[in-house]
Amino acid sequence: MAETSKPSTYEAVIGIECHVELKTESKMFCGCPNAFGGEPNTKVCPVCLALPGALPVPNKAAIEHMIAAGLAFGAEVPAFSKFDRKNYFYPDMPKDYQISQYDMPLTQGGVVRYWLEDGTMKECRLTRIHLEEDTGKSTHAGSGDGRIAGSTYSLVDFNRAGVPLMECVSEPDIRSADEAVGYLEALRRTLQQLGVSDVKMEEGSLRCDANVSIRPVGSTEFGTKTEIKNMNSFRSVHRAIESEIERQIALVEKGERVVQETRGWDEVRGTTHSMRSKEQAHDYRYFPDPDLVPMEIARELVEKVRAALPELPLSRFERYTTRFGLDVKQATQLVDNLPLAQFFDAVVAASENPKQATNFVLGDLSRLANEHGKPVHESAVIPAHLAELIALVEAKTINSKIAKELIERMWRGDGSPKAIVEREGLAQTSDPAAIEKFIDDVLAANEKSVTDYRAGKTNVMGFLVGQVMKASKGKADPALVNGLMKQKLEG
Amino acid sequence: MSSEKIDVRYVAKLARLALTDDEVARFGAQLGDLLEHVNALAKLDVSQVDATAQVVESRNVERDDIVRPSLDRETVLNEAPQRQGGFFRVPRIIAE
Amino acid sequence: MEIIERSAAQIAREVNARTLSACDVTDAVLAHVEAVEGDVGSYVSVLHDQARAAAARVDERVKNGETLPLAGVPLAVKDNMCLVGTRTTAGSKILENWHAPYTATAVQRLLDAGCVPIGKANMDEFAMGSSCENSALGVTKNPYDLSRVPGGSSGGSAAAVAAFEAAIGMGSDTGGSIREPAAFCNLVGFKPTYGRISRYGLIAFASSLDQIGPLTRTVEDAALAYDAMAGKDPMDATSIDRAIEPTATTLRTDLTGVKIGIVKQFDTRELGDDIDHLYDKAYHDLQALGAELVDIELPTADYGLATYYLIAPAECSSNLARFDGVRYGMRVEGADVHEMYEKTRAAGFGPEVKRRILIGTYALSSGYYDAYYVRAQKARTLIARDFEAAFAQCDLIACPAASSPAFQFNAKSDPYSMYLMDYYTIPMSLAGLPALSVPCGWVTPAGGSSPMPMGLQLTAPLFKERELLSAAHAYENMTKHASAYRPSLERTPGGR
Ligand SMILES: [Mg+2]
Ligand SMILES: [Zn+2]
Repeated sequence: MAETSKPSTYEAVIGIECHVELKTESKMFCGCPNAFGGEPNTKVCPVCLALPGALPVPNKAAIEHMIAAGLAFGAEVPAFSKFDRKNYFYPDMPKDYQISQYDMPLTQGGVVRYWLEDGTMKECRLTRIHLEEDTGKSTHAGSGDGRIAGSTYSLVDFNRAGVPLMECVSEPDIRSADEAVGYLEALRRTLQQLGVSDVKMEEGSLRCDANVSIRPVGSTEFGTKTEIKNMNSFRSVHRAIESEIERQIALVEKGERVVQETRGWDEVRGTTHSMRSKEQAHDYRYFPDPDLVPMEIARELVEKVRAALPELPLSRFERYTTRFGLDVKQATQLVDNLPLAQFFDAVVAASENPKQATNFVLGDLSRLANEHGKPVHESAVIPAHLAELIALVEAKTINSKIAKELIERMWRGDGSPKAIVEREGLAQTSDPAAIEKFIDDVLAANEKSVTDYRAGKTNVMGFLVGQVMKASKGKADPALVNGLMKQKLEG
Repeated sequence: MSSEKIDVRYVAKLARLALTDDEVARFGAQLGDLLEHVNALAKLDVSQVDATAQVVESRNVERDDIVRPSLDRETVLNEAPQRQGGFFRVPRIIAE
Repeated sequence: MEIIERSAAQIAREVNARTLSACDVTDAVLAHVEAVEGDVGSYVSVLHDQARAAAARVDERVKNGETLPLAGVPLAVKDNMCLVGTRTTAGSKILENWHAPYTATAVQRLLDAGCVPIGKANMDEFAMGSSCENSALGVTKNPYDLSRVPGGSSGGSAAAVAAFEAAIGMGSDTGGSIREPAAFCNLVGFKPTYGRISRYGLIAFASSLDQIGPLTRTVEDAALAYDAMAGKDPMDATSIDRAIEPTATTLRTDLTGVKIGIVKQFDTRELGDDIDHLYDKAYHDLQALGAELVDIELPTADYGLATYYLIAPAECSSNLARFDGVRYGMRVEGADVHEMYEKTRAAGFGPEVKRRILIGTYALSSGYYDAYYVRAQKARTLIARDFEAAFAQCDLIACPAASSPAFQFNAKSDPYSMYLMDYYTIPMSLAGLPALSVPCGWVTPAGGSSPMPMGLQLTAPLFKERELLSAAHAYENMTKHASAYRPSLERTPGGR
């Protein structure tokens, strides 16, 4: 925000509303498959197409997903909940009302705790998470760019209509674009690791809007907010919020006022633009859906779901940073990759050496995984073998060069590194007499280098050490080689 | 209880019903009459009463998360007032 | 007795015994439909091919040793119920050419029990009306006087059964739409407890009130149809998961030990001397059967209409939003999608439907929701409580089903006077109670030439269908009012 004139005198106040598609086999109120993509209008039935006479019946798994999400954020799961109808007309909404939740959502309150890149911990309160159904999808035609503005007609696909959707509304506790992204990342990794959603922004299973306002630092009142839409990646959320904050500050600095409106993010221009001015007050005519009966959420069910919760990303992050001493970046990398983190945990458990485990898992193994396009946990390397390797390195049985070779071989499926070392005699040579012999041979064969060294060209040392390592087939203890070589050359 | 006159045009807009001027006048009068009758409810003391949304009490009627067959697309699209390929076609959507 | 006049019970007995084939029954009924439809107009669609195919299947199943409770019974399906492959209009222009791709649970259960679908019966548009005059698809006349309405909204089903075009008519009742046409057409019309019969495939009017039920010429037939339709349906979250006690096998012929409440607020003297005497006689007959009459009060029953005309329109305004010209049904093109919606709905819905959508939208709209919709829901609670209190003193409640016999076409031009037709049936609907109308005598309306039937409404506590049908059976068995006159149709066997 370098170009902002007085950045320090304003702070942003941001609240985020997310719609997250839940991962279930079937849709929210019917048995059609809940799956991304596919030929248009092939995953539809009387219920999700709102044919005359069809009735909704709620999906038990979606309700349990909601409870799990609520508990993960410490929300209250009330004893009683119900579905309401939100009435408005839209061509991709088959019933022309959405089954949603109005005054008795499945979860209330809660807090999302998240960290920033520098490790600062932040928190954002949740207002509520409620359960509803997704709409179909319209493709706008005739405008050339697929956008609604200027289109002459639209094509509707109802495959997505009726997919269970959680709407997660935050309190306006977010103060910057960085925090917004930190919050969204926490939401994403938590919901994903709970198994309640794929949370893929690119597939639309996570969609979010941001309410942005600014106020002078120190003020407790809220400024006029705008609602930003059309952000389709975390990067665009970041850019959109920064751009909107700047726009609002510039307005206020000029003595103008922010207008309450919905603004669309333009990815290409990098700015927000007005979509509709002055919200015409929507009259959604919410009322309890008479096709559905209320939910009484048994405490036993809540406890059952609670007991089945996995270790949450936040606790994993804290474990890695405080107990294992990982830095924020390393810990984040692991926390965001659950199978890798689970592999890592197994290596730590077997080796009791988090530092080496981090080096190997995030270093060599991750590099190999990248090169081969195969995740670590699906490779031939098993945690027990990596723990063996760590033990061999720690005991100085092998040097790091051999270790690197071994890990490549383990990836190729050669199995236990200990067995390889024993079978092939790869243990490090630490016997000074043997090493001295190698050195003597090398010095004898490279007289010119020896002369050069003694004439002050000390950089030939590396070459000579390399020759020794080569002669020892890499098994010589490099530290010992260095020491002895120096003695010989200078002695 | 309110005895205001109904803004028939606003209500018709919410309900997506095009009304002629005649209809606005006629429905307006008829709805006004009905409201007169309905306003009798104001005489009931309901301050201590819970609302009934469903008269027969049942709870937690849910389905297991199991996929069932969807409809055949041709059957579905054959009923469409206008289709294009595998899609339903609708006139221009204007952002509200 | 001619085949078409036989009761469902008789037909099923004979088809199961293979002394009569379902195909013969169907042919006889279809021939009769051809003969009388011009006069009566019960059906929106006659299902010649489906009926014959279904009959052949029934005969086949019986031949293979199955016993079907409703083997070969000709069925009229109200046109707000889906039957796969058939045009299903709900009496509306907006669905004039819509073909259902699936079958309503209740219809399927009757077909599984052996019924043969003869046709889709006319009705008030989206079941909104009490005379069948609100249909966009044709006029249905009362078989007992063709200048009079059959009642509504299940008027087509009622007329079909009264005119021997079916033995069982499927109706749906939201505020009286089975009971009132039953009373007008000399039939038994039975609305079970809300949730007893699945609504899946029933085109919704008001979801918290709609209930499917049978219209038949005998109580036993109503019981048989109910037994076949009732029971939990996983496709309807509001259908009740409770054991169904078969009713048809336990019908009584006396009322010994039964306490019947007579409602103080429903003073029949207001209905004129003829009608007052008729109900007095009916109550005395109940006593003669062994029942003990007790006076009961339903202090809030008078608020039923007001309550109903907020709740039902509110729900319908939302239920009918889906008729938008996008996925099925009628469309009138417009420059943009909102114009298309407005024009489609303006052209597709009739005036009564529009009135109710408007009042319901208003009652739910911002600023009015608490004053109208929520207050009505609270009034509903009070009405249900009144019944609860009353049923602490009695087992059943007796009262009129309608305040008059069938009226002439265009007699009720003012909407509210039509709404008043449901005065006696609405409170039970609001309380979700099982209630039925059973023929209780005849009156000749002023200016009318033929005597017209009247109905006695019996109401039971929630889930007491068995007791209710039993009492109606005892009453029917003793009084035999239904057989006093016959429909005034030229072509009806034995008719004038
Ligand atoms: Mg939402
Ligand atoms: Zn579906």
